[in-house]
Amino acid sequence: MSAGWIVVAAVGAATVLFKAAGPVFLGRRELPPRVVGLVEVLAPAMLAALVVTQLVGGDRELVLDGPRLLGVAVAGLALWLRASLIVVLVVAGAAAGFARLLV
Amino acid sequence: MSGRLRDGVLAALPLAPGPLLFGASFGLLAADAGMSWAAAVLMSATTFAGSAQFAAASVLETGGGALAAIVAAVLLNARYVPLSVAVASIFPGSRRRRLFESQLIVDESWALAGRSGRFEYAVLVGAGLLFYVLWVAGTAAGTLVGDLLDPEAIGLDAAFPALFLALLFPYVRARRSLVAAVLAAAITFALIPVAPPGVPLVVAALACLVGLRR
Repeated sequence: MSAGWIVVAAVGAATVLFKAAGPVFLGRRELPPRVVGLVEVLAPAMLAALVVTQLVGGDRELVLDGPRLLGVAVAGLALWLRASLIVVLVVAGAAAGFARLLV
Repeated sequence: MSGRLRDGVLAALPLAPGPLLFGASFGLLAADAGMSWAAAVLMSATTFAGSAQFAAASVLETGGGALAAIVAAVLLNARYVPLSVAVASIFPGSRRRRLFESQLIVDESWALAGRSGRFEYAVLVGAGLLFYVLWVAGTAAGTLVGDLLDPEAIGLDAAFPALFLALLFPYVRARRSLVAAVLAAAITFALIPVAPPGVPLVVAALACLVGLRR
């Protein structure tokens, strides 16, 4: 078995269990109020961590990519102006793409 | 397909180019890393989580070995435990059905499903199905066709953090959510330079502890 197949099998099995953790092992059981309090702020916490990871995350280093930072800054401006999701994504991609053409 | 499920698919349509193009770039990277097309497609079909798959393939591609690739990808995907616990109550039906449908939990379908402030099953499964098909099809295409697309040239690397930023936006009006978001961002930012990829995201989940305060 090649390294590739070992990785596919191990990561696949672990991920299936991770994703099933809530729906299969908890079912429709009611969560205690303190747990609900935790879960309510999970979404914003994980989304904020994802923003940072995707924006500047490298392999043990912060990667500051000018065009990417510009694209996300423009997206932030579009959000503040209450643009729709698709407009936000398009202006982010376009700003970063055009910036790369220029530098 | 039921009407409500179709609503989920429609809600996800604007994001469709993402999984398709990133799936294709994963296929290219996997082929580059020496994985067969079957291994790459099977990984997309079973793991179905972009960042972990990219992490695993890039570790293999740079010669890091199977163990490092597995650790990096599993740590990256550990965040699916809190994500799946958050949506546990919306899945109906038998244990086997929940096992299969819970595999459609992916960052984007999860975030879309919660956009109204409470999680909607039809949106999660509808969006997840669409992303799943596009992700697997994109991977297959990427392993077969040559290096025809450049995600950086069309700014996809900026569109993805922008997507998470847009999905975060409605949450931060609530004070406690804002505190958790800022704390999680700070933890992630501080850990990225010192911890292996994936670890910052997992540790940032600790920011949800602010939710314990009444």
